[in-house]
Amino acid sequence: MSASIATSQTILVVGGGISGMTAALEAAECGQQVILAEKLPTLGGRTALLYRYFPKMCHPTCGLEINLKRLKGNPNLRIMTMTEVAAVSGTRGDYTVTLKVKPRYVNENCTACGDCGNAVSAQIPNPANYGLDRIKAAYLPHGMAYPQRYVIDPSIVGTPEGEKAKAACKFGAVDLGMQEETVELKVGSVVWATGWRPYDAAKIQPYGYGRIPNVVTSVEFERMADPHGPTGGKLLRADGKEAKNVAFIQCAGSRDENHLRHCSRICCMASLKQTQYVREACGEEGKSTIYYIDIRAIDRFEDFYQSVQNDPTVTFVKSKVARIAFNEETGNPVLHGVDTEGYHRYAAEHDLVVLAVGMEPEVAGVKLPEDIVLDSSNFIEGSRSGGMFGAGAAASPLDVNRAVQSATAASLRAIQVIHKTASTEAA
Amino acid sequence: MTTAMKYRNDFLGEVEKNVEEGHWVRMCMQCGVCAGSCPLGNAWAHPPQELFMMIRAGKREEVLSSDSMWMCTSCYNCIVRCPRKLPITHIMHGLANYAHRLGLAPKGQPTRETATLFWNNLIKKGRVNELTFSLALYFKDGFVQGIKNALNMQAVGLGLVKAKRLNPMELLGGHGVKDQAGFKAMIEKARQIEDRKKGFAK
Repeated sequence: MSASIATSQTILVVGGGISGMTAALEAAECGQQVILAEKLPTLGGRTALLYRYFPKMCHPTCGLEINLKRLKGNPNLRIMTMTEVAAVSGTRGDYTVTLKVKPRYVNENCTACGDCGNAVSAQIPNPANYGLDRIKAAYLPHGMAYPQRYVIDPSIVGTPEGEKAKAACKFGAVDLGMQEETVELKVGSVVWATGWRPYDAAKIQPYGYGRIPNVVTSVEFERMADPHGPTGGKLLRADGKEAKNVAFIQCAGSRDENHLRHCSRICCMASLKQTQYVREACGEEGKSTIYYIDIRAIDRFEDFYQSVQNDPTVTFVKSKVARIAFNEETGNPVLHGVDTEGYHRYAAEHDLVVLAVGMEPEVAGVKLPEDIVLDSSNFIEGSRSGGMFGAGAAASPLDVNRAVQSATAASLRAIQVIHKTASTEAA
Repeated sequence: MTTAMKYRNDFLGEVEKNVEEGHWVRMCMQCGVCAGSCPLGNAWAHPPQELFMMIRAGKREEVLSSDSMWMCTSCYNCIVRCPRKLPITHIMHGLANYAHRLGLAPKGQPTRETATLFWNNLIKKGRVNELTFSLALYFKDGFVQGIKNALNMQAVGLGLVKAKRLNPMELLGGHGVKDQAGFKAMIEKARQIEDRKKGFAK
């Protein structure tokens, strides 16, 4: 009857952050066969790098742990880390995907005992802390890493350092001969949960990120507040001084035709949340100032906005900062601009400036299958043939809560594709 | 003006219709980057951001009699930085020109006076006569001040004459474009087009 022949009942989920984990779990728990491919050595994505969630100020580790428990117990789910999609061909219900698996140099014998890390002395910038500190070149990505298995950085493979790691392992888990592998698979539907990355703050020239000391991004500040972060949870500047007077600049890259044209939607809430990190660290002595165009605390978050407004340590200045200068004597950045409530010119000095950087799709600039449709900001709208879907922050700038909703929706659409092609085949 | 008339005021509409690039004014989101980026910002009574808000609030007299837009030096920093890509420099010049044509621009504003003298000099023969233009500038504040200005600039003037950069004979009418009639017709046509666009056509 029909020309359409399904060749696979499997769903491929690309990206193992909160959206990818959710999409994969929802489908697997519906009884579908799912492959979850993650580029990095661990699942968790950027969610695992958050200190606290807004608006409840709870820790992401809690929800991650629940998801990891669901993952471990599900026989329908196959997880592939250090895996990237190299190519996708075919059409809805009948895709052929080529996956490239990078070598971890550590096999499944690893018990995460840490002996290899202790043996090695070479260090690399810590990816879990946005390179703010350094870790050993044989490392566990972070405390919540899944799989709980060490990684050997390729920079020490083929060096005496690599041999040290191998010699230290009591379980024969270090395998320095691992090679990159290419795997070809048949899948019926693909969910792209490729997530986001912080916009490159150095492109916002007047803010001097990378040029002016003590100007950091919001994701870096998030790590600074975390006890597992580079400063052990203290809000310390590069010169060792405690930052008590912190400025937050909203729309750093977002809502700007010269940078990201979309509103990244999470940054207002993220900065409101981060003012509470200053309070947590410094108490009443702390001082946060939010420079904003307008605060976009969407729907129920208005309550959180109001509670922060009532906090006497937090001040709001309605103005997009025009430029940042530097006071050599104090080491403080100086914010210049004109406010919109009275048009007063200001030159305000702060200990630390946090740029609330926008969300850019991780796939911006990456060559995706022809079939994928992107919007003007490179977020994934879907596919022409209807068999591939965007989920979470890959589809739209979303917070964790909404990313999970989006992922569940994408998962349902993927299941529909599998069922439709299966029923066509049966007929 | 009655209260009802105040509310019916549509200065934004007037600006959108008659001022060059005026249709961009409603796109301003009041972020303040233009005001903060302007190198002469502290010399302005109203930075661009405030002017745009005043236009939207219908403050016709205050905007058109302001000297703020006359302070713009066309450095284009605001255009480069504006997150919504408003052609702010051009809007400033558009507003200044509109206020000038309505006769509401501030009297004695130096930019306005200089620009007027320059234009009047230029359209006489299609070329700027530097000698008469300089003299017009010297004498704009009266005869005595004019003599003082001329004496102050004497050395520069003589230097220019010696270097053949200034011809004293230009005082007797000076040079111009070849096709005087064509030039006049062109200016007339341009004036008609501009009058139509800016709402001054009779």
